[in-house]
Amino acid sequence: MTKTVLTVDDSPSIRRMIALTLREAGYNVLEASDGQDGLEKATTTRVDAIITDQNMPRMDGISMIKALRLHPNGRGVPIVVLSTDSADTLKSQAREAGALGWMVKPFTQDKLLAVVKKVLG
Amino acid sequence: MSDDLIAVFQEELAELLESLERGLVDLQESPEDAGLINQVFRDLHTVKGSGAMFGFTELAAFIHDFETAFEKVRAGAVPVTPELVRLGLAARDQIPGLVNGDADPDGDRVAILNALRDLTSGRGVEIADIEEEIEAEFVTSNSPATLRFKLSEDALALGARPDILLSELKDLGATQIIADLSDIPALDDLNADQCYVAWQMQLPAGVSEGDVEDVFMFADAEWTLTASEVNEVIERDEIDDLLSDAPALDTPTPQQQAPSEKAPAASEPAASIRVPAARLDALMDSVGELVTVEARLTELARHSRDPALLSTAEEVTRLAARLRDATMTMRMVPMRTLVSRFRRLILGLSSDLGKPVEFVVDGEDTELDKTVIEKLADPLVHILRNAIDHGMEDPAARAQTNKDQVGRIELSATHVGGEVHIVVRDDGRGMSADKIRAKAIERGLITAEAQLTAGQVFALVLEPGFSTAETITELSGRGVGMDVVRRTIDGLRGVIEIDSKLGQGTTVTLRLPLTLAIIDGLLIEIADERYTLPMSSVKEIFELPLDKRIASRNGDYLDIRGQFVPFVRLRHLFDCEGEPPTEQNVVVVESGDARMGVVVDRIIGTNQTVIKQVSKLQQGARAISGATILGDGTVSLIVDVAQLLAMSGPLIEPKKEVAA
Repeated sequence: MTKTVLTVDDSPSIRRMIALTLREAGYNVLEASDGQDGLEKATTTRVDAIITDQNMPRMDGISMIKALRLHPNGRGVPIVVLSTDSADTLKSQAREAGALGWMVKPFTQDKLLAVVKKVLG
Repeated sequence: MSDDLIAVFQEELAELLESLERGLVDLQESPEDAGLINQVFRDLHTVKGSGAMFGFTELAAFIHDFETAFEKVRAGAVPVTPELVRLGLAARDQIPGLVNGDADPDGDRVAILNALRDLTSGRGVEIADIEEEIEAEFVTSNSPATLRFKLSEDALALGARPDILLSELKDLGATQIIADLSDIPALDDLNADQCYVAWQMQLPAGVSEGDVEDVFMFADAEWTLTASEVNEVIERDEIDDLLSDAPALDTPTPQQQAPSEKAPAASEPAASIRVPAARLDALMDSVGELVTVEARLTELARHSRDPALLSTAEEVTRLAARLRDATMTMRMVPMRTLVSRFRRLILGLSSDLGKPVEFVVDGEDTELDKTVIEKLADPLVHILRNAIDHGMEDPAARAQTNKDQVGRIELSATHVGGEVHIVVRDDGRGMSADKIRAKAIERGLITAEAQLTAGQVFALVLEPGFSTAETITELSGRGVGMDVVRRTIDGLRGVIEIDSKLGQGTTVTLRLPLTLAIIDGLLIEIADERYTLPMSSVKEIFELPLDKRIASRNGDYLDIRGQFVPFVRLRHLFDCEGEPPTEQNVVVVESGDARMGVVVDRIIGTNQTVIKQVSKLQQGARAISGATILGDGTVSLIVDVAQLLAMSGPLIEPKKEVAA
């Protein structure tokens, strides 16, 4: 079965880049423009993994993860947080909120695919 | 990166720059507005992230410092001043040039960044630092290492997948992967969302800590990587521990091989000790009691649902089984103890009767329960005496039929599964199936129409009514006391099979269970009473077919894969009152050559059955060989399958194919 990945990012270019890369590799990709949008999509459709930005208007990534983990549909979904800095505080914040891992921007398409593969098997 | 994506980025950048400009200008009006500060920061962050993504490293580096300054503003460490806004706007104006790849001949960008840094106490993070951090190489170990890891409690809930981790580690060359299950709690405390398993494995030389870090990038796991040298020793100890339980390999030591050396008997500890048989019996009785109590404990533990009690009960069950096996082994005696008696018997008979006989024994070392051996002596004497007295021709008659004048009697004992097969074979005159058949009809044991296999015909000599004191034929005496032999073997839950070829000899096979005291039983229910069938005689179990539910005069046969098998309803046999349940089961039992179905209300399950003899008062009860005490303290009678089959006697059809 085709796996569905939800990409949550307020930057259309990054969203596009992730979507293109993953679709080319055979994944189904959903896009959300911020945390609020991501939360709605993740709780109403079946997604196998989420790649989300941290800094976003309306609702940031960590708040979205926290809300998602409280929702029955959001438990157990692997979530990877994108961030521009690799500060440990962000990592631990993300972990505490319920993220599985993080990926430091910038990343290459190969790296993205490797991460998704790591998460989805 | 495709031009298409670059175009999207350019468009996005234009929007971001506009938003950034507006934010900075507005900030001058209301410097305390946290929302505005956040927006500016976020815009910068996005430009940096996207810029880096699309290969604008110079831009990303520039904005990193820009952003660092605003990080301090956001944290409240630096106030928003008109000077800060001015520098921010100046920095923003540099961005289009950076994207276009314009040079910076006057050093404006550096000047702006320096000014920003000075303004925000000058403690920015050098880009070089970050790069170093990212690209820091991990030291590669050049020796094999042991990796241990355990996922955090909530890792599974976060979507971590141990199977993926393990397969990645295997790709790294991990071997000897061992799952440590010691942290798994009792069922009642178990949280299904949690991962309790830890893993340990060996990684080959050349795998760096970084490689491992890579694997665990997305798993909240605690892991340790240690050089293997120390662990190897422990490992060997562990293997030794494992091996100590396994039977030792028979590798003769040089000392044992040297024949000239005398055995140092005096200095060696005793290899065996003598124990009065009564003590062994007492021990066996105690073990029997223990098994009964253990069943009771298991029952209580199951009702209590107390995990601690349950695991204790399980441990007791395991220990009781081990103790039972050990005790049974202690009671084992080799056949040799009997054989010397037989040699003398045959020597005496052979000279008394003038029939020279060679007695060949195979399997003297085959062990049997002490009680079985004791009870086996008389029946075997009987069979051997018959073989030489009646089975063996005298030398003159043997010479006439071109047989060796010296007769041959073989006794062999072998272990076959959970049974011991004792075979007595002579090369005497054999028995005539036709004559036995005729005699059985004459004695009213079978009807003239009965169709019997050869084995069933020969088995007739074991019938109580078969033998008489009359001496009519060469067969006479074959039957003398053979019914007694059968009763003894039945008592040992064994089976006798006789095969004979006229002129060539007779073979008597005794099939005996290894032990007597404790058997595996199948617990069944009939009219709310529980009975036990010896598991060794149970062949298969299935549901009673719909059309056989109602008793009929001639329909009590089942078609099992093309063979007709008769069946009895224990409800009828035991005169039970009330109606049988709608769904009944048939247990197919086998004894010797005969099979039959036993219809029961319900199958309960298997259990360890400690056989208790019923008192003399109940000796008249047929089809019951003993009783056992169940876990809840009630008594269950043990059904005697051999007797059950014998009772249905002439009813039992031989195993034959259904005519096509």
